[in-house]
Amino acid sequence: MTPQETIRAIEEEFQLQNSWEDRYEHIIAVGRGLPVFPEVFRTEVFKVKGCQAQVWLHPSFDGKCIHFEADSDATIVKGLLALLMRVYNHRTPAEVLATEPSFIEVIGLHEHLSQNRTNGLFSMLKQVKMYAAAYQAVARMGASA
Amino acid sequence: MPLSVIETQTIAPFDVATVRAQFPLLRRTVYDNRPLVYLDSAATSQKPQCVIDAIVDYYTQHNSNVHRSAHALSTEATVMFEDGRRTVASFLNASRPEEIIFTRGTTEAINLIAQTWGHMHVRTGDVVLLTEMEHHANIVPWQMLCERVGASIRTIPVDERGVLSIDAINEIQNVKVLALTHVSNTLGTINDVKSLCSWARSRGIVTVVDGAQAISHIKADVQDIGCDFYAFSGHKLYGPTGIGVLYGRYALLDAMPPYQGGGSMISTVSFEQTTYNDVPVRFEAGTPNIEGVVALAAAIRWFSSFDLGALAEHEQMLLARTSDGLSTIDGLRVIGTAPHKIGIVSFVVEGVHAADIGALVDRQGVAIRVGHHCNMPLMQCYGLTSTARASFAMYTSEHDVDQLLMATNKAVRMLR
Repeated sequence: MTPQETIRAIEEEFQLQNSWEDRYEHIIAVGRGLPVFPEVFRTEVFKVKGCQAQVWLHPSFDGKCIHFEADSDATIVKGLLALLMRVYNHRTPAEVLATEPSFIEVIGLHEHLSQNRTNGLFSMLKQVKMYAAAYQAVARMGASA
Repeated sequence: MPLSVIETQTIAPFDVATVRAQFPLLRRTVYDNRPLVYLDSAATSQKPQCVIDAIVDYYTQHNSNVHRSAHALSTEATVMFEDGRRTVASFLNASRPEEIIFTRGTTEAINLIAQTWGHMHVRTGDVVLLTEMEHHANIVPWQMLCERVGASIRTIPVDERGVLSIDAINEIQNVKVLALTHVSNTLGTINDVKSLCSWARSRGIVTVVDGAQAISHIKADVQDIGCDFYAFSGHKLYGPTGIGVLYGRYALLDAMPPYQGGGSMISTVSFEQTTYNDVPVRFEAGTPNIEGVVALAAAIRWFSSFDLGALAEHEQMLLARTSDGLSTIDGLRVIGTAPHKIGIVSFVVEGVHAADIGALVDRQGVAIRVGHHCNMPLMQCYGLTSTARASFAMYTSEHDVDQLLMATNKAVRMLR
């Protein structure tokens, strides 16, 4: 699935959740499904700054796509991370940079999108995009070398 | 004008419904029409209508620059501004209005002391004594000073309940200044600042009291406390943001160098030399926050019309109700159980992150704060990274507490 198709799938999934309780319970369930984070990467270097909860994001690049491993010590943040991963993981830097997280609003979780420093989503997304920009630069340097 | 602006007010009996009716914001809803339950007053308090009116009145009737122009409006604005200074002086029981300096808030007040008094008096090898429960605003300005002059920071430890352990205090040598909070913003503990200031005075140590949390809950009488400096913010005392107060003993202020350079703070300026104005304007460069001072004075007059004893009783009742209710939640621990505390309840729940509790109670319309509360060293003492914190004000009702308890119960159920 392309990022856009994934976003549509997530939006449809959340349309089935009628109340805020259902939406959050779904988020919590999605978070519990996030792959186990490799302990070696649980370091300061891979910590996302500016989050209320602790968030770790480890990137790697195979020359074409970026692969993330992610984790948080807070349940809802972990759920949001899991959603972000479905959209942004295993994508090319160009795809990551071109994809906006408007679906967060569509699925009724807009309270997590503000720049309020207690909200992690903004910081996580910024970090994801920063890695993408860096890998895009690496790929270009590789191509021109 | 005599310093009796406040004492002449009549004391109204305390009734939370009457108080709430004066706060328009408390009538609003959040999300899907949920009535707002505002339990984040330690971060900032809501404003009564009379404070909002004071700001509007200032801008619709009196706006003009102070201390400068020779016209009717300017005179009015200057009188209102300086009346504000007298109101604050009276409120804190300062010896004279000149002991009141207006700042942007507590943070700027402490920075001002560190950068003026501190820079003049703190030397290599000196010790700045803080407590483990200080807000970052009463740590970082002192660290910056210490780095510059080669001084060091020592701290008075906090015990398991959140009470200062002062047993070993006499072993700390070369203390130049003791800077401590009157009330902890995370634990709610009321510190015995009077005893500590007396201890400090007997050793020639200058004292700075951070009154940010105390000011809207307990009496802050600077002469009774016996401190050299006392700082607070208007916005936690039902006043506007961007205005704060630094009280300083006149003799100390008079000997202090200026803080920022600019208009007002000078006597004469030439390109060769500038001479500085007297206290307090020496520390108030530039056009001040005039409407902030006017509205803060309105907030103080309003606040002073209530009986502090009745307020404290109401708050203790809310505290007990909250602690009792929270204690029924499995794995919940209240952080800060000092015998003397204001209406602040920090808590953690085993196996549940405070951020998750915050998000889920928020969705139910209950506003609390989660995080380290600008208290990272204190969090380390307790081995925590964050807590959930509910904090009360005059308008907090039993219904608010019950909503918090329901919302927290539901949040914990959803997260387990």
